[in-house]
Amino acid sequence: MRGRPLLYTTYESDQALLNTTAKKVMLGVFLLVVVSLPFQLVPGLKFLGQEDWLRLLSTTAIFTIGALGLNILTGLAGQVSLGHSFFMGIGAYTAVWLGAPAGGPLIGLGLPIWIWLPAAGIVAAVIGVAVGPTAVRVRGLYLAIVTLGLVFIGEYFFRNWNSLTGGAQVGRDFPPLQVRLWKEEAPLIDFTTAGSWFGLDMTGIAKSFFLLVLLAGIFTVLAKNLQRTRVGRAFMSIRDRDIAAEIMGVNEFAYKLLAFGISSFYAGIAGALLASFVSRVIPERWDLFLSVQFIAIILIGGAGTVTGTLLGSAFVVLLPRVVQNFTLWLQSAAVQGEGILSSVANVFIATSPNDFGLINTFAGVGPGLSVAQLNLVLYGLLIIGFLIFEPLGLYGIWLRVRNYWKGWPFTY
Amino acid sequence: MTANLVVLAQTAVPNEFAQTLVDGVSFGAIYALLAMGFVIIFKATSVINFAHGGLTGLGAFLVAAFVTVLDFPGRYLTVLPEWAQWTLNVLTALLAAALIGVILERIFLRPMVGEALFAVAIVTLGLDIVVRTVTNDWIGTNPRPLGAPWGLNVVDLGWVRIAWSEIVQILVTVVLLASIALFFRSRTGVAMRATAFDQETARAQGINVGRVFSVAWAIGAFLAGIAGIFFSVFPRRATGVDTATAFIAFRAFPAVIIGGLDSIPGAVVGGFAVGIAEAAANTYLGLEFLGSGFPGIVGYLLMMVVLLIRPYGLFGTPEIRRV
Repeated sequence: MRGRPLLYTTYESDQALLNTTAKKVMLGVFLLVVVSLPFQLVPGLKFLGQEDWLRLLSTTAIFTIGALGLNILTGLAGQVSLGHSFFMGIGAYTAVWLGAPAGGPLIGLGLPIWIWLPAAGIVAAVIGVAVGPTAVRVRGLYLAIVTLGLVFIGEYFFRNWNSLTGGAQVGRDFPPLQVRLWKEEAPLIDFTTAGSWFGLDMTGIAKSFFLLVLLAGIFTVLAKNLQRTRVGRAFMSIRDRDIAAEIMGVNEFAYKLLAFGISSFYAGIAGALLASFVSRVIPERWDLFLSVQFIAIILIGGAGTVTGTLLGSAFVVLLPRVVQNFTLWLQSAAVQGEGILSSVANVFIATSPNDFGLINTFAGVGPGLSVAQLNLVLYGLLIIGFLIFEPLGLYGIWLRVRNYWKGWPFTY
Repeated sequence: MTANLVVLAQTAVPNEFAQTLVDGVSFGAIYALLAMGFVIIFKATSVINFAHGGLTGLGAFLVAAFVTVLDFPGRYLTVLPEWAQWTLNVLTALLAAALIGVILERIFLRPMVGEALFAVAIVTLGLDIVVRTVTNDWIGTNPRPLGAPWGLNVVDLGWVRIAWSEIVQILVTVVLLASIALFFRSRTGVAMRATAFDQETARAQGINVGRVFSVAWAIGAFLAGIAGIFFSVFPRRATGVDTATAFIAFRAFPAVIIGGLDSIPGAVVGGFAVGIAEAAANTYLGLEFLGSGFPGIVGYLLMMVVLLIRPYGLFGTPEIRRV
């Protein structure tokens, strides 16, 4: 590879997923770091192995799966959907129907994970294709509001179907991440309780983390591969110019339905995993805000790119925690009251309802924003900011950094 | 949310059908105001404004703040009767809301002119989160009453009972509809129609397109504020403006789509259609059969049906696809 790094002599090497040495090395390092995280081996990243951070990282893996689905629909096929949380809800409730213990007051069949997890995806995909004809008939902005309607209609059903969903504001327990062969008592592999794997002591959360990262990895490879196939190219041609695509022989209707189906499949799997991982979920979880979070992920990461989707998921899931830690730090700086830092921090922090500040750190209502509200405002501002200043998202920033060093010391 | 959409207490025995119709028209007027502002913004600036809910909540909150907390400019005009002070306070608040609408457009949406419509729509989605969160923080946990001068008074006609606020509301809506229709004949209105038709050509004709954008957002925010007021007084939510007020806009979106995204008469028809459908669902479809919250999705179900038959709504312009 020395000398002519970008010279490809076969189509295979040109189209390879990892077509440069740098990508191979970086992926290898990334995987090593991820695998080592629960064991707290990497200096500087040891805190990520703590239980609360591992929980967030596992959630990131789940959100990655869901966001990859939305990325296929919105980023590749160019169809705006606000209905992603609806399909996640469908997946979650399919999972609980099949996987929850039988015989209780709520619906459940007690089937093992290898049935309920794929079924969650498949049922969501079938429903995605079923509502497709309405959605595909309308274009662009009408579609956004139709899918918005799906969220509200879905939420209504989830809130009122008490025997399946546990009822509004109550919710129910979802089947845990345990592998059984059939309906026997003891699970074959348990991803939720602490134990020893291959001689390594692991907590339950570490086991879940590995399972979810593995699943996210599989779905990432599948999504990445989809981009290089006939189907992926058809999606992109519809996104870029639907009329031109049709003239080239792309069946617009069929491919849009397919995009809806694939996207809903991903959403269903993500919904089932999220519910199972959190273990108790209320029907209101599958609301518009969840959909907006996924839109934020693909826009902040970079629409149409798989790498960007990974970055965006990590960003959106970890942001609240980072903001919280930052606020705590500011608060301690403000309370200790020394030097310039403290004065600056004092401007931002309100410690009591009478104190002026942009961020409230006390319980109760005051003029400033609470940490949760600050997070919401930041989501909103980040979505706006990325769309105005960097439409390619984090991936675009990375591209610019990379290209700068590629040509260094020249700027071209 | 729906639990608060109180249908008038039925002490006398009003005619069920007539009562439903009155409720529906009164609901529908709120939706029509919201849908009309939405369509005006869409037509003039090609922006799908998901922040309309945020503007509604903000407008209603500003009214509550100007009426009860600031009492501005009423506190300087004590010679005037009570109701005139109230009206002046409300108008001032609505002008403030319109000004905020203009500022928001100038900062967040002007840089997006010429970008893909969907990207702009998502910007407004982000804007909605920001506006709604900040407004909710200001509102706090307790609903803020609007102190409307007509209070809880009801006109009892025997066969139907109408709240005074509903009469005021329908009158105001009719007046606003007429003035919007007249406005489109004025110079600025014609400029807006030209801009809606083709922004670049309008500019080439010497129309100040930026000013048209500002006017459209001012009208949109003004109408949203009025809808927010009528949603926060007696027959709807007697307690006042709270953190759920902004959600009313999500129930007005189907009205826009039913009428057609770019048709102002369509928005009015769609608004009344959704309002009457919701009131009918409230009256005739029982809680025990359909559970709570069904009226909230009636509009969306109606929208799905209309879209299956007419993909561009009842009065929308079909998109012509040319190669």
